[in-house]
Amino acid sequence: MADTQPVSRPLSPHLQIYRRTMTMMMSIAHRISGAALYIGTLILAWWLLSVAAGPNAYSLFESFISWWVGKLLLFVFTWALMHHMLGGIRHFIWDMGKGFSLGFANFMAWMTLVGGFVLTIFVWWIGYSMMGAM
Amino acid sequence: MVQLSLPKNSVVKKGKTFKAPKGTKKVKKFRIYRWSPDDGANPRMDTYEVDMSDCGPMVLDALIKIKNEIDQTLTFRRSCREGICGSCAMNIDGQNTLACTKGIDEVSGEVRIYPLPHMPVVKDLVPDLTNFYAQHASIEPWLQTETTEPAKEWRQSHEDREKLDGLYECILCACCSTSCPSYWWNGDRYLGPAALLQAYRWLVDSRDEATGKRLDDLEDPFRLYRCHTIMNCAQACPKSLNPAKAIAEIKKMMVERQV
Repeated sequence: MADTQPVSRPLSPHLQIYRRTMTMMMSIAHRISGAALYIGTLILAWWLLSVAAGPNAYSLFESFISWWVGKLLLFVFTWALMHHMLGGIRHFIWDMGKGFSLGFANFMAWMTLVGGFVLTIFVWWIGYSMMGAM
Repeated sequence: MVQLSLPKNSVVKKGKTFKAPKGTKKVKKFRIYRWSPDDGANPRMDTYEVDMSDCGPMVLDALIKIKNEIDQTLTFRRSCREGICGSCAMNIDGQNTLACTKGIDEVSGEVRIYPLPHMPVVKDLVPDLTNFYAQHASIEPWLQTETTEPAKEWRQSHEDREKLDGLYECILCACCSTSCPSYWWNGDRYLGPAALLQAYRWLVDSRDEATGKRLDDLEDPFRLYRCHTIMNCAQACPKSLNPAKAIAEIKKMMVERQV
């Protein structure tokens, strides 16, 4: 009698073997930066609440944010915000039906990556130079 | 559902190596995904050393040479060998393409060949495309009209005909859909780039009169809107078409009919 057992077919490899494309990497980076914004928004909310709550609460926040961990979190938050903003602009262009040629899509992906870091450093440079001026 | 790792029965093991005869001068290594339904074993990667001094220029030439001269059990689909039938779609060097139009010299080092990604495997490089074809059928890829049929053919202006350029050339090879992470995770509910490009091909056809119904069928968080413009589809398409753009045009039509 023939074997009537159904064969359990394997699933062919996917993420493990697919060559990374720039547009693919920036898509996942958009998600990751978007998720990071949740945490960043919590820090922002804490800052606003501490301002409203008075000097004691604010000094607690201040000691946290001037600690290196706090600074690092703030830096990553700034990056996530800048990167996600540029990604959003990219999606806005796409939503208008523009920017789909491979060359331009790859260019926008690179600009999102590079621009995210450049803007982050720019924002921090402004921040520090303003603190120095005051 | 997103599952980043492979199920237990799909993990790829080490396979056999078929060495080239001693003294072969121009050797190229082909590492090829193998799985047979007959022995109950996991998939494996076999290595074939191919004599390049006696082999055609395309990856398909090498596959046929392997099957003819080294290992007759190697299984793959092929037909036209000139990029118009779409049978030999597979993952070569990490990207989905047609074996018949991919030059061996485009790949530096070993040539790694897998079946189209995230698909049930029938055997070796042959994936099961049942769901893919069913999705194509679901968008009803034929002319639908309500007005009485003209005595001769349905007329179309040159301008309207031009709107089909970049759409009608699709050969349904499935390179795009199986390159799409959204399709990997939600292939049961998301139609995927190939079916959506065809959907748009009928949506913009000036002769078709079922536009409203077609849009209604696509208005769904999964069928259409799982596209996140990852653009792997356009990066992979061996006919240089742009499914991502076609999908964006459908999304635009959805908005435009509301205002």
